[in-house]
Amino acid sequence: MRFFPQGDADVRAMLDAVGARAASDLFTSIPEKFRCKGLLDIPAAASEIELRREFGGWARRNAGAGTHAFFLGGGAYNHDIPAAVPQLLNRSEFYTSYTPYQPEISQGTLQAIFEYQSLVCLLTELDVSNASLYDGASALAEAVMVAHRVSRRPRVIVSSAVHPHYLMAVRTYTQNLDVQIDVVPFGADGRTDPAALAAALEKGAAAVVVQSPNFLGCIEDVAAASAAAKAREALTICVVTEPVSLGLLRGPGALGADVVVGEGQSFGVPLSFGGPYLGFIAARESLTRQLPGRIVGEARDAEGRRGFVLTLATREQHIRRERATSNICTNQGLLALAATIHLSLLGREGLHALAVQNHHKAAYAASRLAAVKGCRLPFSAPFFNEFVVEVQGDPGEVNRSLLKRGIVGGLALGRLYGGKERRLDRAILIAVTEMNTREEIDRLAEAVEGSL
Amino acid sequence: MSAPRRAGVLREEPTIFEVGSRGRVGHSLPPLDVPESDFSTIPEGVRRGPIDGMPEVSEVDVVRHFVRLSRLNYAVDLGLYPLGSCTMKYNPKINEELARVEGLARAHPLQDPETAQGCLRVIWELERSLRQITGMQRFTLQPAAGAHGEMVGILMIRAHHVKSGRPRATILVPDSAHGTNPASAAMAGYKVEQVPTNAKGCIDLAALRAKMTGEVAGLMLTNPNTLGIFEEEIEGIVAAVHEKGGLVYMDGANMNALVGVARPGDMGIDVLHLNLHKTFSTPHGGGGPGSGPVGVSRTLEPYLPAPLVEESSGRMVLNEKRPDSIGRVSSFFGNFGMHVRALAYIRSLGADGLRLVAERAVLNANYIRAKLKDLYPVAFETPSLHETILSDRLLEEKGVRTLDVAKRLLDYGFHPPTIYFPLVVHGAIMIEPTETEPKAELDAFITAMRTIAHEASTDPDLVRGAPHTTPVGRLDEAEAARRPRLRYKPERDRAAS
Repeated sequence: MRFFPQGDADVRAMLDAVGARAASDLFTSIPEKFRCKGLLDIPAAASEIELRREFGGWARRNAGAGTHAFFLGGGAYNHDIPAAVPQLLNRSEFYTSYTPYQPEISQGTLQAIFEYQSLVCLLTELDVSNASLYDGASALAEAVMVAHRVSRRPRVIVSSAVHPHYLMAVRTYTQNLDVQIDVVPFGADGRTDPAALAAALEKGAAAVVVQSPNFLGCIEDVAAASAAAKAREALTICVVTEPVSLGLLRGPGALGADVVVGEGQSFGVPLSFGGPYLGFIAARESLTRQLPGRIVGEARDAEGRRGFVLTLATREQHIRRERATSNICTNQGLLALAATIHLSLLGREGLHALAVQNHHKAAYAASRLAAVKGCRLPFSAPFFNEFVVEVQGDPGEVNRSLLKRGIVGGLALGRLYGGKERRLDRAILIAVTEMNTREEIDRLAEAVEGSL
Repeated sequence: MSAPRRAGVLREEPTIFEVGSRGRVGHSLPPLDVPESDFSTIPEGVRRGPIDGMPEVSEVDVVRHFVRLSRLNYAVDLGLYPLGSCTMKYNPKINEELARVEGLARAHPLQDPETAQGCLRVIWELERSLRQITGMQRFTLQPAAGAHGEMVGILMIRAHHVKSGRPRATILVPDSAHGTNPASAAMAGYKVEQVPTNAKGCIDLAALRAKMTGEVAGLMLTNPNTLGIFEEEIEGIVAAVHEKGGLVYMDGANMNALVGVARPGDMGIDVLHLNLHKTFSTPHGGGGPGSGPVGVSRTLEPYLPAPLVEESSGRMVLNEKRPDSIGRVSSFFGNFGMHVRALAYIRSLGADGLRLVAERAVLNANYIRAKLKDLYPVAFETPSLHETILSDRLLEEKGVRTLDVAKRLLDYGFHPPTIYFPLVVHGAIMIEPTETEPKAELDAFITAMRTIAHEASTDPDLVRGAPHTTPVGRLDEAEAARRPRLRYKPERDRAAS
């Protein structure tokens, strides 16, 4: 038993010290009838050799970005992860430590979170960030609850071009609160319909939620949406599921958003079948004390040295219990660190260059697919690195055909909208990143053509 | 610059924004292999160039910065980390390797399930194991942390009551509960009422019965509770709640005491969450990612978040047709990488090893208790399981408090225990060593604790002024909260604001 460091003599000595004859004596406070009589029905202990065999076998049964030309996005993206990121994350001092409750021996984690918060503020062009949340969907749900708490108004207007899973999470979180979700449709150009938004705002709202680039890949007019919201004293929450876009696009804070939430997976976090990822939230300074979760701040010791601590804890559950701003306790610390390292490596020039390259490649792919007979690009709004292509055929069939040619195609959108958005029945969302070569893109276009 | 304080070669580390200089880069891309697009589709006002204020550093700068930062941290791989209720056990290295296997780490959550059979199989196998370990009927692995799981559990309790007619108004929570419990109940729209702890450190059954009306939706308990004590009257507690139509939620934070020894499902628990980052060895990562699977009895199965992973004639499928489901709580399948690690851990230990987890964890905790309770009296004499709660009662008259003991432990090279929790114990020192500590490490800790108690008599200022050897001293948290500085700003901007 390789994880148990006690020898037989140690166990004997410790049992003697506690006055027990055998380990089973230590469990007499559990009523006899509830104590397990035999062993659990769990397979016998496996060696590392056996584990590698078993898990390796499972791994080989997946198609993925490691083996296929990959064009799937929709809230999780196949980006490059620099070698330094996993190497640094593998430092035991980072990944085997806990929430920094003792700042004197946790300055590494605390300073890294402080740097993370600073980077999130720079990207989003807002004033404050917390130490991270679980993922993009839960971050949006938390943001909606912030808006609800601040305004005390029940209505929350959500664009139907927000990631459908995020909207589902918002519904789950708020199902027992006095919150009413009002979904406004996207228009013919692929962006939230401004007239429908204005009409929904007539009745007043706690917040307007838009995503940019939105779930259809389109860059929203965040400035117009937030101006409309502001005129009705509603907060604007902007979702960003592809934060690499912020290397080329203004932070939503600069366009009038009051809260920006999103998914940080693109920065140093592997696809890993959906998690662990990194939810982020940033807000205007006036909302600081309404934010959920951990926040790190700068502090000084008695001799004036700079250090970092968890701060503004009176918002939190361990102090305020049922009156806390959220029940959240841990964050996604290690993933926030991954993003911090990746963003540091990219830096001022690198992030911009990465974003530019993503855009060029996506634009090339869009032009190639637009030229394919039986394909068209239904939306005219500008996009970043993801766009919708409509096929004359069944998107599922197209993707199955691509798979045979070693390509994981885009996302069949009808499935994500549960068949309720007929305009998307033949739509495929294609994501293109720096990982896709021109050869792959050409192959994708040819394969799509061949499948129709 | 203040006087150096660090031992050896540790130095004061500037933030990443304070190192580097214009033009330094730590990243490179292949040359663009497609024609450049015309940016004009993106409106001018929405575009931006390089972001001023972002770091400008080389790979060397980045690596040194973060390695230096790492050295300012304590970690399980350095030694005992006896945070009570946090179960800081060793994180097996094979888990990390397996979670990074390409076929698992580079699979996308929105792939057609037919192309992700391996990932879905991992989720299914883990669920099967957790069902066996806990005796619960089914699990969702979507919740990303314990508190997330609590919210899911309470939402399901509510959904059940709504289905039976009305949601009811109140959730009962023992006064020794984690703060997340009442906060989670409030998120589901419930009022929270406390149940007192009795003289034995357990839920006061008579008080529970008195509070248990038809308006109570359920009871959230932790078992063993946060005093490390098994709720001996669990059968009576569950019956009292069920008699009035309520449901029992178990916070599985302390499941490490029960693995292979007793199963919550057998005790009539209706819903529980586990913390894979506690009981099942996934690393805490400096505060996440965690993972908080939720298990339910048959009564609550219809309400589990969608989708569920299921087996159908040898293939893994996603079951999304769940009309009574509370809905989705995560972007995708939850913290899948943690599921891989937890399953690897369960496979590594097997049935024999899992039982040994609880046995050794409880032995280690009781050993510390036996060796320290003369100087740090236990709050309750009742036998405890995987953790022990001591107090600073004997030190108080010397003017030394629990916080001082914790800070002095830093000078002896140990991470302190959880302190001032549970709230029902004055000056609580909550120690959970876990099963992965050797006797020698426990003995060294015991010696340090005994030495500190001695110092409290002979040189109380030494203890009150601790720590003396860490990179920074006690930081002024009150001032930090009064004038929050939550992001880096260059000095000149600070002067301006």
